[in-house]
Amino acid sequence: MTAHISLSGSKFAIEDGETVLECLTRNGVHVPHACCAGVCQSCLMRATDGEIPAAAQAGLKPTYVNQGLFLTCQCKPVGDMTLCPVGGGELDVPVQVADRVMLNHNVLCLRLGLEKDFVCEPGQYITLKNRAGVARSYSVANDPESDGYMELHIRLFPGGLMSDFLRTEAEVGAQMIIRGPAGNCFYVSDDAGQFPIVLAGTGTGLAPLYGIVRRALAKGHTGPIRLFHGALREADLYLVEQLKRVQGVHGNFSYIPCVLEGEAGRYYSCGHIEDMVMASLAGDKQAIRLFLCGAPEFVKSLKQKAFLAGVRSSHIHSDAFLPTKNVATAA
Amino acid sequence: MTTLYDKLGGAAAIDQAVDIFYRKMLADDRVSGFFDDTDMDRQIAKQKAFLTMVFGGPNKYTGKDMRSGHAHLVARGLNDKHVDIVIEHLGGTLKELGAADADIAAVAAIANGARDDVLNR
Repeated sequence: MTAHISLSGSKFAIEDGETVLECLTRNGVHVPHACCAGVCQSCLMRATDGEIPAAAQAGLKPTYVNQGLFLTCQCKPVGDMTLCPVGGGELDVPVQVADRVMLNHNVLCLRLGLEKDFVCEPGQYITLKNRAGVARSYSVANDPESDGYMELHIRLFPGGLMSDFLRTEAEVGAQMIIRGPAGNCFYVSDDAGQFPIVLAGTGTGLAPLYGIVRRALAKGHTGPIRLFHGALREADLYLVEQLKRVQGVHGNFSYIPCVLEGEAGRYYSCGHIEDMVMASLAGDKQAIRLFLCGAPEFVKSLKQKAFLAGVRSSHIHSDAFLPTKNVATAA
Repeated sequence: MTTLYDKLGGAAAIDQAVDIFYRKMLADDRVSGFFDDTDMDRQIAKQKAFLTMVFGGPNKYTGKDMRSGHAHLVARGLNDKHVDIVIEHLGGTLKELGAADADIAAVAAIANGARDDVLNR
């Protein structure tokens, strides 16, 4: 039996193994999308009729689930579905650029002013959209509720659609839109904050980890917290002075920058971040909470190594930064 | 009748069992290749459902799930030997958790019952 999807008076047949996003795009219907992995939530639509497969709502907020919203990129229909697009204003939160400063040669710190309360945990991510509808997901590096603004660390790619916009058009005061938050990579305390925390990130994987560290310290976490930041060259590190300062104030926090192509005898460690993290996982691994963010291969590899070394799977929180993908359109 | 699932301690015990079991599978070269492309979090969730089923706990696993979930692995060469290895590691996991031999045999029998579905025969 072939499943069909109905949208705005048109009916499309789902081909074998196809997702709703693939089917609509193949038929020339434009659906915004970016990650195609169920992460960025830019492809959300609403089902007004028909069964939504559980995988198409995994990770969505309960309020989204209750409204019949689902991820078209993760939805392989099991029967006929009737869909309607999600209206522009429904999920969008207006923000404006409050401050922008380069943290190193290619990482932009973007601070966004919020017009209304936006509750999210540092370490979760949001999707940022510009006027042209370009959407990208970024981790939240601070606690927007207490700070009154949201801080993102954005790696600028040459020729990137969002990067070009941020470089040339996102002046202070510029209006943008966010959606979210989403993600499970954040600090939760369950035993008076005594457990050891190890955080490791590459590139702007530091953003969520920086947020998690500050949240843990603000909540009075007493267990040891070790933050590893991996970079190819010294110039790719950022927030070095701020993190050294945090280390000076909080005796239980250590900051370990790891530079792959570095020189010996400097303030950072030379070598591969994975080796350094693994070497630090000594003693009883049952209590360790591990946070991993950044390049997908790095996150996947270290996650598995740490798990095999004895870290509990339920104690490993991760966020792999997936690249943008495009679904093939109608010829 | 008390199920092994209850005897071991229910959902909390499954969490512990999944870690032990999945570690054994990943560390075993004979089967670890089948997990190369899979996301660990999703895999853990699936293993939890599987262990809950073979331990006699509340589960929604169906033969159809077993078939569709393994079809791509059968295409990559999954066979009876690999199912034997899974059952071997299930037994090892249960031994570590202190289960009795009779219970281990019962779990092996349930897992064996899924063999044809897993191998899409």
